[in-house]
Amino acid sequence: MSVPSSGALETSLQPDQTEGGGPPIDETRIASRWSVVFARFRRKRLAMFGLVVVVLLFLLAFIGPYLTSWEYTDHDFNAFLQGPSTSHYFGTTQTGGDVFALTMRGMQKSLIIGILVALFSTGMAALVGAFAGYFGGWVDRSLMWFVDLLLVLPSFLIIAILSPTFKGKTWLVFVVLLAAFLWMVTARIVRGMTISLANREYVLAARFMGVPAPRIIFRHILPNISSLLIVDATINVSAAIIGETSLSFFGFGVQPPDVSLGTLIADGTGSATTYAWLFAFPAGLLVLIVLAVNLVGDGLRDALDPTSGL
Amino acid sequence: MAKFLLRRTANYVILVAVATSAAFMLASVSLKPRANFEGRNPPPPEAVVDARLTELNMNDKTPVLTRYKNWVSGVVHGDFGKTIDGNSVNAELARRVGVSLRLLLIATIIGGLLGVLAGAWGAIRQYQFSDHAVTMLSFVILSTPVFVLAVALEIAAVGVNNAVGTKVFEYTGEFTPGLQGGFWTHAGDRIQHLILPSLTLILGEIAIFSRYQRSAMLDVLGQDFVRTAQAKGLRRRTALMKHALRTALIPAVTYFAFNFGILIVGATFTEKIFGWHGMGEWLVDSVTRNDINAVAAVTCFAAVMILLAGLAADIAYAILDPRIRVS
Repeated sequence: MSVPSSGALETSLQPDQTEGGGPPIDETRIASRWSVVFARFRRKRLAMFGLVVVVLLFLLAFIGPYLTSWEYTDHDFNAFLQGPSTSHYFGTTQTGGDVFALTMRGMQKSLIIGILVALFSTGMAALVGAFAGYFGGWVDRSLMWFVDLLLVLPSFLIIAILSPTFKGKTWLVFVVLLAAFLWMVTARIVRGMTISLANREYVLAARFMGVPAPRIIFRHILPNISSLLIVDATINVSAAIIGETSLSFFGFGVQPPDVSLGTLIADGTGSATTYAWLFAFPAGLLVLIVLAVNLVGDGLRDALDPTSGL
Repeated sequence: MAKFLLRRTANYVILVAVATSAAFMLASVSLKPRANFEGRNPPPPEAVVDARLTELNMNDKTPVLTRYKNWVSGVVHGDFGKTIDGNSVNAELARRVGVSLRLLLIATIIGGLLGVLAGAWGAIRQYQFSDHAVTMLSFVILSTPVFVLAVALEIAAVGVNNAVGTKVFEYTGEFTPGLQGGFWTHAGDRIQHLILPSLTLILGEIAIFSRYQRSAMLDVLGQDFVRTAQAKGLRRRTALMKHALRTALIPAVTYFAFNFGILIVGATFTEKIFGWHGMGEWLVDSVTRNDINAVAAVTCFAAVMILLAGLAADIAYAILDPRIRVS
C-alpha cells in the first residue's frame, strides 16, 4: 500500500513530449500516454477483474431496485424473518423489510458517499500539499503541523463526537467530515513531490516570466503529480467506504430512515448466526466492493508506474 | 540520541494536550447532556438540572471556555472529572484501561511480528505460490472492515463449536461470570474468551504489515549490499536476516505509529462486538449518553497510546538506523 517514491513516479511521468514508451504504430498515430497506461492496465488480470466487478456492482446498485417490486421502505406483513426466496431475493427482516431492496439502497448510499469523499479528500490533499511544498517557510510549517495534529486525533473518534450535530441534517455534512480526515497522508506525499518539482526548469521559467504562484501550482505542479492523485483517489474510495460503514455501524453515520451498508450490517450482526441472510448479503457485497476497488487501484498504480514494487 | 528522543517527546506531549483539549471542546459543543434529564418523567425543574449539570461541569449555560478551564485544572491534577451518572471518570478509566491494553498489546506484538515475517517471506519467494497466497489473503483481509471480520470469525467459531460438540471458542464477554474452579480453570476460561477478539485484530495487523514489509524487502533485496554480503561468504540466511530484513524494517517502523490509531479504532469494534468492557466500548456508549468528560478521557487515552507508539517507533528507528544514533 505504499506510494511510489517521487523519483520513480517522475520517470513514468515525463508527460506528453515522450508519448509513453511503446513504438509508434504508424507515422500518423502515436500512442498517447493514456493509451499506453490503459494497455498496461488491461494486461493485469486481477485489476481488470476488479474493474468488471466494480462496474457490475454499480449497475446492480442502481438497476437492482427495479428488479423487485419491493421498496426499501416497504414491509411485507406476511413474511417476517423469511430466508431468501423468489419474492424476496435476499430474505426479509424482523419487520418484513425486503433485504434485497434495503441492500441495494444501502449500496447506492455507500458508493456515492465513497466517491464523493474520495474526490473531496484527494482534492484537499493536492491543494494543501502543493501549497505547503511550493511556498515553504511558515506556510509549510503551519500546514504540516496541522496535518500532524489531525493524524494524532483519531478521526473515527472526532466524527463520532461530532455526530450529534449532523443528526437530522443532510448526509452531505457527513461526507465533508469524512473527507476532512482522509487527506493528511497524501498531503504529506504531495508536499514532498512538490518540493522536488518546484526547482524544475519549466517551473522556474514560469516563475521568472511572472506567472502567479497559484497558476503555477494548477498548471505545472498538479498535472505532474496527476498519476499519484488518480491512484490516491481510487484507494480513497475504498477507505471512505470502510470509514462510512464503520461509523454508520455504530449509528454515528447515515441516520435512519435512510440506510447504508453499515447500518444494515449493524442490524444483521445480532442475528448473524441464526438468520444469516441479514448479515451475509450486505457484508459480502461490502467486502466485494472494497476488494474490487482496491484491485483497480493497485492495477492503476502498476500501470501508471511500472517501476513501483508493490 | 537522548536529545532526539527528548525533542520528539516534547512535540508529542504538546500534540496530546492539543488533541485532548480539542476533543473536550468539540464534545462540549456537540453533545447535549441536558437531553438526558429532559427525557425524564416527570421532568425535573430546570434549576435542579442546572445545579446538577454545573456540578458535573457540563452545564451548557456556562461558557465553554470556563468549563474548559475547570476541566483543565482537574486534569493537571490527574482528575478527569465525573461521568454523567456522577461517578468518578478515573475509577472507570482504571477499570477499563487494562481490558483494552491487553487486546492492543497482544495484537501489536503478535500481529506485527507475524506480519513482518510473512511479508519478508513473501518477498524472498516473490511470485511463487506462497507469495501469491500471502498477498491475496492480506488483500482480502484489508478489504474486510473489522466489524465484518469479527462477526465472520464469530460465525466460524459457532460452526467449530457445533462440530466439536463443546464450547471451544467463547465469543461474549471477557470471562464466564460465576465460574467455579481453581486458577487454571479461570486462566483457561479467559484464554478461551481472548482468542477470537485477539485473532480479529491480529489478522488485520498481519495483513497490513506483510504488505509494507514485502514491498520494503523487495526494494532492499535488489541492492548491492545484500549481494555483497552473500558474495563475501555469508550464508544466504544470515545475509537475508541481518542485512536485508534489518534495513527493510525501517520503512515498516514508520507505519507502526501511524497504524496504531487504526488499531485503536479496530479495538473499539472488537470490544463492542465481543462484549468486552474496554475503552472503545466506553467511547461509543459515552457519545450516545452525552458523557462529555468520559469522551475527553477516552480521547486522551487514545492520544497517549499513539504517542507511546510514536516514541516506540522513534526508538526502533534509532536501533535500526545508525545514522540517527550518531547524528
